[in-house]
Amino acid sequence: MSMVLFDVPGPKARVRHKIMAVVGIAVALAAVVYVVMRFIATDQFSARRLDWINYKQIQLSLVEAIGNTLSAFALGAVLALVFGAIFAAARLSDHGWVRAPAAVIVEIFRAIPLVIMMFFFYYGLPVAGVKLSAFTAVVISLMLYNGSVLAEIFRAGINALPRGQSEAAYALGMRKTQVMMLVLLPQALRAMLPTIISQLVVLLKDTALGFLITYEELLRWGTRIGNDAVNFGRPMIPVMIVVALIYIGLCLLLTWLANYLEKRNRRNKKVIHTDDDAAAQVQLGAASTAVGGGLTV
Amino acid sequence: MRVRTLAAVLLTGALALTACGKEGSPTDQGAPAGLFEVAKDVKVDGSPTFEKAKARGNLVIGVKEDQPGLGYKDPTTNKYSGFDIDIARLVSAKLGFDPEKIQFKTIQSAAREQALINGDVDYYVGTYTINAGRKEKVGFAGPYFVAGQDLLVKKDNTDITGPETLKGKKVCSVTGSTPIKQIREKGYTEPENILEFQGYSQCVTKLLNGEADAVTTDDAILKGYAAAEEGKLKVVGKTFSKEPYGIGLPKEDKALRDKVNDILQGALDDGTWQKIYDGTLGKSGSKAQKPTIDRY
Amino acid sequence: MSVLTNHLDLFLYTFGQTLQLFAISAVLSLVLGTILAALRVSPVPVFRGIGATYVTVLRNTPLTLVFVFFVFAYPLLEIVKIEPYTAAVVSLSLYTAAFVCEVVRSGINTVPVGQAEASRALGLTFTQMLGNVVLPQALRSVVPPMTSTMIALLKNTTVASGFAVVQAGSIRDSLSEAGENVLFGLLWVAIGFVILVMPLTYVQQVFEKRWSVAR
Repeated sequence: MSMVLFDVPGPKARVRHKIMAVVGIAVALAAVVYVVMRFIATDQFSARRLDWINYKQIQLSLVEAIGNTLSAFALGAVLALVFGAIFAAARLSDHGWVRAPAAVIVEIFRAIPLVIMMFFFYYGLPVAGVKLSAFTAVVISLMLYNGSVLAEIFRAGINALPRGQSEAAYALGMRKTQVMMLVLLPQALRAMLPTIISQLVVLLKDTALGFLITYEELLRWGTRIGNDAVNFGRPMIPVMIVVALIYIGLCLLLTWLANYLEKRNRRNKKVIHTDDDAAAQVQLGAASTAVGGGLTV
Repeated sequence: MRVRTLAAVLLTGALALTACGKEGSPTDQGAPAGLFEVAKDVKVDGSPTFEKAKARGNLVIGVKEDQPGLGYKDPTTNKYSGFDIDIARLVSAKLGFDPEKIQFKTIQSAAREQALINGDVDYYVGTYTINAGRKEKVGFAGPYFVAGQDLLVKKDNTDITGPETLKGKKVCSVTGSTPIKQIREKGYTEPENILEFQGYSQCVTKLLNGEADAVTTDDAILKGYAAAEEGKLKVVGKTFSKEPYGIGLPKEDKALRDKVNDILQGALDDGTWQKIYDGTLGKSGSKAQKPTIDRY
Repeated sequence: MSVLTNHLDLFLYTFGQTLQLFAISAVLSLVLGTILAALRVSPVPVFRGIGATYVTVLRNTPLTLVFVFFVFAYPLLEIVKIEPYTAAVVSLSLYTAAFVCEVVRSGINTVPVGQAEASRALGLTFTQMLGNVVLPQALRSVVPPMTSTMIALLKNTTVASGFAVVQAGSIRDSLSEAGENVLFGLLWVAIGFVILVMPLTYVQQVFEKRWSVAR
C-alpha cells in the first residue's frame, strides 16, 4: 500500500483510525442493509423469481450464451493480436509511405466509439449490400478497435527494448523482417504481457456491446430471462446479479492469468530486462494507453 | 497443476449444473403437437423457395420470440407458441411438412426484409404489417389478421382514452417502429416524452414502474402483454390505424404466395382460423375480426 | 454529404447532447473517483477495503451491464424514480469513477516516499505537504492517463443508444426512420467522434512527452 502521505501512526492516530474504521464499517453495512431491505420489500428473491435457475433449458441457454460471449472474445482477441502486431510493425517501418497510413488508421480506429463501429457493420453496411451477422459485426469491431490499441502497446514495448538487441541482430546479418519477427516482437510481447492481457479483459467486457446489435451473448440472455413476466414475474434483479458475477469472475480469471504469467516471467532468465528508466517509461505509456483505450467498457 | 485442478472443478460444476433441472414449463401454453393435418404430396409449381425447402427437407420460418400470445419462445422449454406461430404451423402442415420438420428462427423486426432477401428464412410470420414500402422488397400473403395501433396503460388509468389524450404523457415503444413514428409525426405527444427501447417487454417494465404512462403498438401485441401481466394492465381499445399482418415471402415467388393465400382462405372458411384465434389471442377476451385475403 | 446537410440540426443537436452527457458525467466521475482514491490510500484498512471492492466490481463489469442495471433493474426496487437520462449519467459516472480512482491512486504512488518524509521533516503541515509537494508531482503522471480516461468516457456515452437517451449514437434510429442512408449517416457520426477525440489525443501526447522527461 501507499505510505507516501502518512507517517507511521502513533497511539493517538491508531485510536482515531479504529474509530474511523468502525464508522466506515457502519456506513458500508448500512448501505448494504438498505439495498437488501429494498430487495426484500419489493420481493426480488421470491421463490418464483428464483425459479428460473431450476430449469434445464434455461441452464443450457445460459451455457450457450456464455459460449457466445467467449467465442466472440476468443476470435476477437486472436484477430486483434494479429491486427495489432501487423500495425505495430507497420508503424515502425523505415518507409514513410507505410508508416503514415498505418498511423492514421490506428489513430482513427482508436477514436471511433465501438458502438458506432458495430452499428456501422451491422446496420450500415447492408445499405451497400453487404450483410454481416451480428457475430461478425461484433468480432470485426472488436478486432479493429482493440487491435489498434494493441498496436500502440506493441510499439511502446518494441521501442523500450535496448537498442543493442536490434543492432546485434543486424550485425548477425538478419533482414528487417527477421529482426522484427524473430528478435523484437517476441521480446516486446513478453515484456508487455500484463498490459496486453488487461487489454484483453477490456475486449471481454466489450463483447457485451453486442447487446446493442442483438448479438445473443450473456447480457442479452440476461435481459431476456430478466424481462420474462409470463413464467417468473420479471426476475431482472437476481438474473443481473448472476450475470454480473459471471462477468466479474471471467475478468478476474483473466487478470489472475496476467499476474501468474508476470510472476513466471520474472523468474524466467530468458527475458531481456530493459533498463529501469525505459521500463518505467513503458509502464507509464502503456498504463495510459491501456486505461485510455481500455476504458471503452 | 493448479490450472488442471481449476479445470476439473469447473467441469464438475458444469456437469452438476446440467445434471439436475426441471423440464417443462411452469405455465404450459404450447399448442398440442399435431394440431394440423399434414398434407401429402404437395406441389407448388414454379416456386424456388418451396423447391429449396423440399430439397433441404425442412422449412425455416422466421418468427418473433418476445411477444406473448403472438410469437413467444418459452425460455424453460425453448418452444414457440402464439397466434403467429400457429398460423406458421398451419401453413407448413398444408405445404406438406411434418411439425418436426419446422425450424423456427427468431428474427428482429429491423432485420426482417434482409432475412427474406438473403433467403435466411423461407417465410416470415411475426406481426409483419403489409405496406407499400415493404412490398417493394418482399412479397406478402394474407393478411391473416388485421390489428390496429392502440395503447396499453395501467388498469387504474382513466385519463388516457385515446391518442388525443396523450399530450404531456410519456409514451413508450420500440426504436424505429411504425407506431412510434406515427406518434411523433402526428404530434400526439411532445418529442421529449417519447421513450424508445429495443423491445416491447422493456417498455412494459417501464409502464409497470410508472416511468412511462402508455405503451403503444398494435393491439394484438398489447393484448398479449395485458394477459401476461394478470390484471395489472389494460388495452385502451380504440385503435387508430389499420395494420394488416401478412406472411412475408421472397418477392418474386408468386407461386408460393398464391399457395399460401389459398391455405389461409381455406383456414378462414373451415373454422381452423377461428380455432387458432380462440386458443391464443382469444384468451384476452376480445372478439376476432376475420380478415379478407388481398391477392396481388 | 446530403445526409449531413439535410439533417444538420439532428447532428448538431445529438452531438450537443453527447457533449452534455460527457460533461456532467466527467465532473461527477472526477469527484467520485478522487474520493475513492482518497479511500484507497487512507491509513484505515476498512476504507481501503471499501475502495478496492468498488473498483474491482466496477472495473470488471461491462458498462452495458451497468446501464441495464440502472435502466431496467434499479426501478424494480422502487427507491427513487429516475429518467433514462439520469440513469445514463449515473451509470457513466459510477463506471468511470473506478478508472479515475485508479489513475489518481497510481499517480500518488509514483511520488517517492522520500518526498513526503522530507516535507514532514521540514515541518510542513499535511495540507502543505499535499498541496505543495505531493500533488504537483503526482499531477504530472496523472494528466496523460486521465485524458485517456476522459476520451474513453466521451466515446462511452454512445452506449446510451440502447437505453432511450438521445445522443450521437442514436442518430442511426432517426435516420433509418426517415428512410435516409444509414451507412453515410454512421460514417459522419464516426467522423464527428474523430474530430472530437483527435485534439484530446494530441494534447495527451504532448503532455506525456513533455512530462515524461521531467523525472
